[in-house]
Amino acid sequence: MSAEHEIDISKHVRAYILVFVTLMALTLVTVAVSYLDLPTPGAIALALAIATVKGALVACYFMHLISEKKLIYVVLVFTVIFFLAVMFGPLLTNLDEISL
Amino acid sequence: MSAAIPFTVEARPDTGLNNVKIGIWLFLASEVMLFGALFASYILLRVGAPTWPEGSGILNVPLATVNTVVLISSSVTMVMAWASLMRRNFGKYRLYMGSTVAFGLVFLVIKYIEYSSKFEHHLYPSTSTFLAIYFTLTGLHALHVLGGMTINAYFLFPGAKMWKTAPEQFTNRVETAGLFWHFVDLVWIFLFPVLYLL
Repeated sequence: MSAEHEIDISKHVRAYILVFVTLMALTLVTVAVSYLDLPTPGAIALALAIATVKGALVACYFMHLISEKKLIYVVLVFTVIFFLAVMFGPLLTNLDEISL
Repeated sequence: MSAAIPFTVEARPDTGLNNVKIGIWLFLASEVMLFGALFASYILLRVGAPTWPEGSGILNVPLATVNTVVLISSSVTMVMAWASLMRRNFGKYRLYMGSTVAFGLVFLVIKYIEYSSKFEHHLYPSTSTFLAIYFTLTGLHALHVLGGMTINAYFLFPGAKMWKTAPEQFTNRVETAGLFWHFVDLVWIFLFPVLYLL
């Protein structure tokens, strides 16, 4: 085991702890904000924004997506496209009546 | 003569990755679509409903907050288990992997308490559209937690024998199990606000 490798892992571990603290803080923020009784569209936007940041932190650091090979990104680009299609495609049938 | 499966540890020259990594990510892509379809159903049901209950009025937000903390903690111990193997420290691996399995168990126990309290109050999937999608999404998620725990428990006990014979391959297996476990955490990060807080 090279010393360089060991330093690299130590850097990773520091990042994991920082991400952990941030995730905990954001969890508290999400719950706290939900008690503010914001209007529904604002509350949804805020809660989803916080969840997206948390999800991105998990994916980038715990799942190592921040430094992954190109092929994985290619797979994920397709996944995102299909995910958005399945999320918002069905909504098109409901466009006339959407009210939050 | 050896019948070893190729590219379990070393990268394939054309993809630059070992096959395990590609395999798990393709599987996770299919999982994104599985949960994505259910999230889409949730949105469609909600925008189509004349009224929609506030999750916090029916569900137990404090318990779910604790469960969020538990699952995030389990993700950290999982990644630390992998980092311990990278540092060739098997003792710490055992400790972190054991904690990950224990956190998973705590999550399921809390989920059981939540479900039981709903049933006691005669709140079933058939009671309302909200409860139907709540039980479907959290039930499927809980099954994923159970599956991940089974895999992690295998790598904690019988599967850990591989550390002596093929440490690099074992480290890869733990990283792969970790990718699944983090995905399960990621799904909960979205389920929690969507079902309980909005």
